[in-house]
Amino acid sequence: MSIHISGTGSALPERALTNADLEKLVETSDEWIVTRTGIRERRMMAPEEATSDLVTRAGARALEMSGVRPQDIDLIIVATCTPDTLTPSTANYVQRNLCPGLSIPAFDVSAACSGFVYGLGVADALLRTGDYRRILLAGGEGLTRFMDYQERTVCILFGDGAGAAVVERREGPGGVRATTLQSDGQFTDAIIIPGGGSRKPLSPYVLAQREAFVKMKGAQVFKVAVQSMERVALDTLHKVGWKVGDLDHVIAHQANKRILDAVAERLEIPREKMPTNLAVRGNTSAASVPILLDECNRAGRFRAGDKVLLLAFGAGLTWGATALEWG
Amino acid sequence: MDLVERVYAIVSEQLGVEKDSLVPEANLLDDLGADSLDVVELVMAIEEEFAIEVPDADAENIRTLGDITSYIEARVENAA
Repeated sequence: MSIHISGTGSALPERALTNADLEKLVETSDEWIVTRTGIRERRMMAPEEATSDLVTRAGARALEMSGVRPQDIDLIIVATCTPDTLTPSTANYVQRNLCPGLSIPAFDVSAACSGFVYGLGVADALLRTGDYRRILLAGGEGLTRFMDYQERTVCILFGDGAGAAVVERREGPGGVRATTLQSDGQFTDAIIIPGGGSRKPLSPYVLAQREAFVKMKGAQVFKVAVQSMERVALDTLHKVGWKVGDLDHVIAHQANKRILDAVAERLEIPREKMPTNLAVRGNTSAASVPILLDECNRAGRFRAGDKVLLLAFGAGLTWGATALEWG
Repeated sequence: MDLVERVYAIVSEQLGVEKDSLVPEANLLDDLGADSLDVVELVMAIEEEFAIEVPDADAENIRTLGDITSYIEARVENAA
């Protein structure tokens, strides 16, 4: 028995928010943003859109590629930190859109930028129980809704989008080999949306304090991100007996060019094995890994049997990695 | 290589500045053009070179190259 990704899909809002657009909102410059982050533009959802709309489109594409009908899915898992509503789950809206009238279970996983890898860990474990055969797993975000466009160090980074994968149980070898998930709750305030939850319910005061937006301690995050991504990558490779040099592709969370550079350098991963779409997508949190995975897949970069490492890091702080054989 | 030279070699590589232009009074942000992430990367490189761990609270007090060398001297017994 083995667990495989049999199809991928992604969806992006039409509107690109360029660095030139941001120059009109905050005191910044294209040159400053590009040198410090590697980002040139990010996508921004339309006023009438929400996270589940993007996930629905990404999910439909993943189903189409895998040849799985919506009624053949056993479970929908959506990784997001920017759900349509606090409750119900974003996955419930996706279930309504993709498989109306079917009693397919659906729930969200909240692990921020690590969400897709966390979700894959959950999906993999559930599929191995034998109770599930096909799971639609997605990462989707509407981060621009939670950006403070007066906070120039944060709002330049994040964008919207969704990516999805059909994860299936099959007979035979290959597929997902190991997932490692880790977190450290001493850094809960390193990346946080402080307001709008039960600690600080939405109120005029919370809104006036701009606490319904993403807050980030960039320098602290950078250090933990680089060190923990290196460690979790090595832990995961160790579990399956692979060396860094055995990997064909590293699909890493697109947080920031400098984090990617530092991780690539420390792990000695050649950059051609570490694709990036950061320049045109920005940081799309839980959607980042599955969007990049789908773009590489549709570009024909993966061959059957290729050794792939998914690597992510985000608020929590959380981080994780999955080693898999493609196909 | 003595401690100052080792530190200047790291600073020169991390920040892309000429080693000969470095002086103890040089301020990382104002004189050497570093930003907050550059400082983090520099501190991480120093942690590796000297096998020490620099807590965030200590790192926040580092402003100049002289601050770096005196911090390492205090932390590493036989560094010099």
